[in-house]
Amino acid sequence: MVVFLGFANLLLTISCNLIIYLFEQVMSMKFDTSGLESHHGMLFGARDELSSGLSAAPSFDIPNSNDFDCFQKEAIQMVKPAKGTTTLAFIFKEASQSVKKIIEINPYMLGTMAGGAADCQFWHRNLGIKCRLHELANKRRISVTGASKLLANILYNYRGMGLSVGTMIAGWDETGPGLYYVDSEGGRLKGTRFSVGSGSPYAYGVLDNGYRYDMSVEEAAELARRSIYHATFRDGASGGVASVYYVGPNGWKKLSGDDVAELHYSYYPVEPAVVEQEMVET
Amino acid sequence: MECVFGLVGKGFALVVADTSAVNSILVHKSNEDKIMILDSHKLMGASGEAGDRAQFTEYIQKNVALYQFRNGIPLTTAAAANFTRGELATALRKSPYMVNIILAGYDKETGPSLYYIDYIASLHKVDKAAFGYGSYFSLSMMDRHYHSNMTLEEAVDLVDKCIMEIRSRLVVAPPNFVIKIVDQDGAREYAWRESIKDAAHISTA
Repeated sequence: MVVFLGFANLLLTISCNLIIYLFEQVMSMKFDTSGLESHHGMLFGARDELSSGLSAAPSFDIPNSNDFDCFQKEAIQMVKPAKGTTTLAFIFKEASQSVKKIIEINPYMLGTMAGGAADCQFWHRNLGIKCRLHELANKRRISVTGASKLLANILYNYRGMGLSVGTMIAGWDETGPGLYYVDSEGGRLKGTRFSVGSGSPYAYGVLDNGYRYDMSVEEAAELARRSIYHATFRDGASGGVASVYYVGPNGWKKLSGDDVAELHYSYYPVEPAVVEQEMVET
Repeated sequence: MECVFGLVGKGFALVVADTSAVNSILVHKSNEDKIMILDSHKLMGASGEAGDRAQFTEYIQKNVALYQFRNGIPLTTAAAANFTRGELATALRKSPYMVNIILAGYDKETGPSLYYIDYIASLHKVDKAAFGYGSYFSLSMMDRHYHSNMTLEEAVDLVDKCIMEIRSRLVVAPPNFVIKIVDQDGAREYAWRESIKDAAHISTA
């Protein structure tokens, strides 16, 4: 009865459309609306009455900066998306396991990171704080169900404002192993097997095929590692280190952290090539 | 893609929903229960954006419970339907909930009833209703084979016909469905119709 989580590290390459997407998000922060509002005011002189009931899509204030364009550039750098990630986690008989892009929320709970690196990091840290406060107030650790719902509710409140988070919360509580998928669209799913990130379809292919509930810890760790390896192999954006964590009744433990390139050569050693045709100068 | 439908029979109402949790081309889960048991005699089948669906149905459920706590009597199905519609209508001009709802209930005075409520807050009392891509198949199927005073067996046969039609004609058909019923004895899960077993079943067994 443990949960296994696996996930691979990302390459820090960002695709162009991602940058454009972020750019649009930043551009749209309340700028246009404020322009519209002042027009209303000038043309009709009844801005408050007109616009008060009709307010708008969720928005936040423009940062107080002298050089807004420059700020935008810097802001984009700060939220560099961790896209190009593969993460997975699953529950099996003995434990839960995962690979490096894992955030340690507390000794019994892990979160995985896909989407915006900063968003994931920040909100997981925030969740860690909330979980600790719950522990102090109630003299017992928060359940995985409760923790994932705290996060999902926060993300739901910020929906449409450009957060990008795709995460799995895996942990051990009074009811045994727990695994939830939570994303920035407000989705929250309970399950026994998830994979998130650009390489996730590839990882699912291997994971679904090799999954059995009654696996040993070693088998599960190897399945997690292999799933991540095959995902990083096919997904151009995923790569780096595949770390594997295991969550059991006594908390999580890191089992391994392997460079996927080295994994490749250990799974598929170089075979001496036979020269079929030799080019000889005549 | 999503399929939620329901019908009223003799002394009962029934709601059917697919159980797939989908993100783009990826199926995250094929045993997600999309029919909430609102209170002892009400069912709420919902389709729409995952986050909105979970948040909104839970919000309605808690408010229906709150009403019962405060007043000592439960809302009637009609009252719950109108309350739900009202909440959707209020949200519609702010940040709309993208959820379509089939509300089934059983009241002592009025018997079973079924309400169709969509995300633009229209409310209709109907005998049969459907949402999603599955509705193209299940609506005509129900129009053809439905009659008032259907027995539970007849109704479940009709539901199975609808599910088979969806599975065979809809390109993006979901594999699994859940059927829930509500009658004088209360709201409860009736059966699952599964063509793919999720590993979750194995693990919890």
